[in-house]
Amino acid sequence: MTMTATAPVTDERVGKKSTLSKILGRPEIGALVGAVALFIFFAAVAPVFLQPASIATVLYGASTIGIMAVGVSLLMIGGEFDLSTGVAVISSALMASLFSWYFSMNVWVGVALALVMSLGVGFINGWILIKTQLPSFIVTLATFLMLTGLNLGLTRAIGGSVSTPSISNMDGFDSAKAIFASSVNIAGVEVKITVFIWIAMVAVASWILLRTRVGNWIFASGGDSNAARAVGVPVVKTKIGLFMAVGFCAWVLGMHNLFAFATVQSGEGIGNEFLYIIAAVIGGCLLTGGYGSAIGGAIGAFIFGMANKGIVYAEWNPDWFKFFLGLMLLLATIVNLVVKRRAEQK
Amino acid sequence: MSHKLSWRKLAAAAVVVPALALTACSSSGGRTPEAANEGGGGAIASTERINVALITHAAPGDTFWDIVRKGAEEASAKDNVELQYLSDPEGGRQAQLVEQAIDQGVDGIAVTLAKPDALAGALKKAEDAGIPVVSLNAGEDRSAELGAITHFGSNEKLAGEAVGDRLATEGYKHPICVIQEQGHVGLENRCAGVKAKVPDTEVLYVQGTDMTQVESTVTAKLQATKAADVVIGLGAPFTLTILKSISGAGSDAKVASFDMNAELAQKIVDGEILFTVDQQPWLQGYGAVDALWLNKRGGFEIGGGQPVLTGPTIVDQKSAEQVLQFAEEGVR
Repeated sequence: MTMTATAPVTDERVGKKSTLSKILGRPEIGALVGAVALFIFFAAVAPVFLQPASIATVLYGASTIGIMAVGVSLLMIGGEFDLSTGVAVISSALMASLFSWYFSMNVWVGVALALVMSLGVGFINGWILIKTQLPSFIVTLATFLMLTGLNLGLTRAIGGSVSTPSISNMDGFDSAKAIFASSVNIAGVEVKITVFIWIAMVAVASWILLRTRVGNWIFASGGDSNAARAVGVPVVKTKIGLFMAVGFCAWVLGMHNLFAFATVQSGEGIGNEFLYIIAAVIGGCLLTGGYGSAIGGAIGAFIFGMANKGIVYAEWNPDWFKFFLGLMLLLATIVNLVVKRRAEQK
Repeated sequence: MSHKLSWRKLAAAAVVVPALALTACSSSGGRTPEAANEGGGGAIASTERINVALITHAAPGDTFWDIVRKGAEEASAKDNVELQYLSDPEGGRQAQLVEQAIDQGVDGIAVTLAKPDALAGALKKAEDAGIPVVSLNAGEDRSAELGAITHFGSNEKLAGEAVGDRLATEGYKHPICVIQEQGHVGLENRCAGVKAKVPDTEVLYVQGTDMTQVESTVTAKLQATKAADVVIGLGAPFTLTILKSISGAGSDAKVASFDMNAELAQKIVDGEILFTVDQQPWLQGYGAVDALWLNKRGGFEIGGGQPVLTGPTIVDQKSAEQVLQFAEEGVR
């Protein structure tokens, strides 16, 4: 038996990684590969997909998921998730609409109150979570049900119908529409303003995550909240703040819904919470927290937008729509997983 | 400390800004104070008070059922009826609601038969308990078999064919029929009716619970299908969203619709929408409750064992003006 001499091994945690494996180690890389593959696929089967106007439509579809996915991604990195997001968007829109209408106010009053309410719902979610130590699944499921009931009950009690009265002829509507629901003409293509709001929100969230102390707090709270607390991270504030950030996103999207369509149906929004979570998961956020990125959530939303609209551009039999959507989501997530595992082995 | 201060400033702003804005009343729009008390007026029937349960398959938040309910409420007010309105979109749970009403010993049941097989057992119990049943809205072909006195509704297939006929005579060749809920039999029948008359009709499924997705998916479809010359919405709010999709896609396609609300009626008056098919839901609610009262009053059975059709009625630019006024009241 001879012992072979081995080269001195450095600790793998401080070992140098090649640039390639650094890139492959990013949380969003799997989603990016999936997105590129999907893009090439639809460009091949449906040439109309590549028209600038079509891309603008895909981006719009992606942005209405992506705006929420920003907040949801941050929250998931922070180790929690929120099932009340889908209806919270509608709650915010209903609040702005019904308040302005009932008191015949300038719609901006309603918009401001809706922001306060949305942040408040986020605060309550976070506060109950911290106080009771219950899992966020239970707490936000309860909020989801309560908001659904409030949306239906209050809308009928105040407006007398299940959808809100139109506010399109009220003061401030046009200026609010310009901010939340207008289009920008870029080289002859009408691009919805939500696309730009989305990109801006992703940029801000990425900056917070990667360049600020708050970003470190978010990763630490999600990774191991007890350890984080032990080293002085304000876990309680961070988590409540994250739920409020989700509330802010719900407000932005809620205002878009309101000013794009002037009326809101109280039963809308149910089920969308899963789309936001799916976008974040495809984008590389772990369900257990502590890992992920805001850009990943954005790519996840873009994948959803491409799949959703690409099936229409490809003119496939619509009966199969949901199946293909599910299959694509699964494939994207598997690609994500495989790429990440490979990167970790290197 | 500096960031704490800014938090305080933010909090102050959050309170002060709306307070300042409270002075900013809107010069137009908003709620108008109630003009007069609602209802058709007139004397209330002198018959003894009876209990009627109206049990529908309405999903929460669907405007259509508001109108059905208003009709039922007006009939109840006139006929001295205590009306209980219940709904559940899931067949099994709707059947449980029917059984609960039987347990409560109501004097009559008005029920929608969107899923007749799920309700058959519960309706048999009602028959055994001697409670008269009237069906409405959906299921006219199974109504008599399940023991209902009569049925108030419009045949979805016939309504679709009426739309198809109208589009064909106006020279439209390539309609897109937008279904907001995949797997909904009534909506599928509407599109099938259109397709029976205009063979090149295409069906597009959208997620009705998210208007932004409705808008962008219809836009995508129009970008992909340049030949489309008319888009058909299967409910008033969806049709209004489709209008936005068309302008977004820069398409020349026209719009037709099913069902009605005030904004839709206005768009027809303005010529932005070709026409809509109204199944007169108010009449369905009113008729069903009134038929149960008639049955109590003198054992009457309206309709002679046949369904009473409340539609299809086409509302176009010529007739929309008159309908608009009723639509604003929530009657049409």
